[in-house]
Amino acid sequence: MTQLALVIDLNVCVGCHACVTSCKEWNTSGSAGPLCDENPYGADPTGTFFNRVQTFEVGQYPNTETVHFPKSCLHCEDPPCVPVCPTGASYKRKQDGIVLVDYDKCIGCKYCSWACPYGAREIDEKQQVMKKCTLCVDRIYDMTLQEIDRKPSCVKACPTSARLFGDVHDPESAVSKAIRDNAGYALMPEWGTHPANHYLPRRKTNLRIHEDELERVDNPLKVDGKLPKPKKTDPTLDDVTSW
Amino acid sequence: MKPAFSVILLTTLIGVGQGLFLALFTQQSYALFDLLPHQDARFYGWGSMLALVFTMAGLIASFLHLGRPERAWRAAAQWRTSWLSREVIVLPAFMGILFLYGIAHLSGFDPVLLTLPSGLNINATIMLGVVGTVLAFALFVSTGMIYACLRFLQEWNSPLTVVNFILLGGASGFTLATLYAASFAPSQAGFFGGWALIITLLGLLGRSASLWRNARLKPKSTTQTAVGIKHPRIVQKAQGAMGGSFNTREFFHGKSLSFVSRIKAGFLLFAFALPLLLLGTGLTYPSLPLLVIAFVSQYAGLLAERWYFFAEARHPQNLYYQGIS
Repeated sequence: MTQLALVIDLNVCVGCHACVTSCKEWNTSGSAGPLCDENPYGADPTGTFFNRVQTFEVGQYPNTETVHFPKSCLHCEDPPCVPVCPTGASYKRKQDGIVLVDYDKCIGCKYCSWACPYGAREIDEKQQVMKKCTLCVDRIYDMTLQEIDRKPSCVKACPTSARLFGDVHDPESAVSKAIRDNAGYALMPEWGTHPANHYLPRRKTNLRIHEDELERVDNPLKVDGKLPKPKKTDPTLDDVTSW
Repeated sequence: MKPAFSVILLTTLIGVGQGLFLALFTQQSYALFDLLPHQDARFYGWGSMLALVFTMAGLIASFLHLGRPERAWRAAAQWRTSWLSREVIVLPAFMGILFLYGIAHLSGFDPVLLTLPSGLNINATIMLGVVGTVLAFALFVSTGMIYACLRFLQEWNSPLTVVNFILLGGASGFTLATLYAASFAPSQAGFFGGWALIITLLGLLGRSASLWRNARLKPKSTTQTAVGIKHPRIVQKAQGAMGGSFNTREFFHGKSLSFVSRIKAGFLLFAFALPLLLLGTGLTYPSLPLLVIAFVSQYAGLLAERWYFFAEARHPQNLYYQGIS
């Protein structure tokens, strides 16, 4: 069984919001209608987004780290938002595990948004239906696009390749390897939702140098200079070369 | 959570309707066994119609909650998994029974359907009343479970939620029944008043228990589990939007702590303390105005109680929306 998902590498994300704008551009232009904005040029612009980049500061000054944290629907394997939907507008596709909303069936009761611990769903204030990340379902299966373009819009936009896309149920896929090799984790594991999207933690590369690597062990007297020249008759390491 | 006024009205109004019906049918059941005098059919009939008015008002309020009310009929589809869908089915069914029960009494069409071996005649209104009672409880359970089934809203995820919906709806309905009986069947006001007193007292116990429980809850989700970074100090610096979003509007009540605690004190006073006092007084010194005040106070108190019920629930998604910049 396929479970498409995103793997987001927090070690690489620079917080440029390119995925946000690219997502908004693609999904506001599709056949499903616009992602409505209200007051876009006013004092308090607000609107519907599938994807947002948040920023957290970890630690206490001066030992702080800035973590940029892209957040979208995690396409949970056991999505709590789906069974609560009274109309069946929210559903999880069997063939690829994408959680979708049928905008033509949604009655806008917002119950699914209450049932999502991640706040991944946002109501479209103009159309009054619930919206959420579709993993660009209208793009990844579009055979008129070249294969390299059959990826979610956010993945294509990321300048640092912090976003990977693939089947997390296929152990040989790039996303599965990334999760396995780089300690990928899921958000809020305490609720048993089993998010399909995973995050790769920030990683630090430390060079560990031992004492004996700084100081020559074969020079106990700490005298620098050329070693005495061995005689021609002295044994050599490989019996071929001596000098 | 941000209290949704349409849902506050829906749950309190249908609670009154359910409670009133249960009160009327309780009296009729007592009368069936000659424990209380059987009342004129119009007493039950118009009482049931009054309950229908309350549930109807609740149904109208529920439509105000929907973004797409014209598609509301679709909400009956997922009754296998969704408590909201179950409520959507049970509420009209219960209203239908209220109507039939009322009409059967008012029209006098109340044939004996069967006779028990003991010689007890079971009329059509009794059968309708039994079905109505089952539906009233099914509706209480559906409404309560809509909230209680959300496992990460820890304040709601408790059997106390369902118990309190039953007790608080029952209390307000029995209080209204006391007022109704005091107006049209004064001899029965004591019976309804006694039960109203008992159920209000039980409601106070149930609600206090949930207040006590919720004050001691330890949130399972933290900023650490939300972003998956194990550091005791994580501060949000940006949330992806500065003008607010659905997430900041829907899940924060936006009121001060002192306002919330005033609402709590208010509903404890108006939904429980004052009605208990007035119902108790009404038992010994029957007085219509006092009972009017008791019901109005209790209903207003329950509006505040439901507001607080929403406000006290801390949604884990709020962990992602702690700061703008």
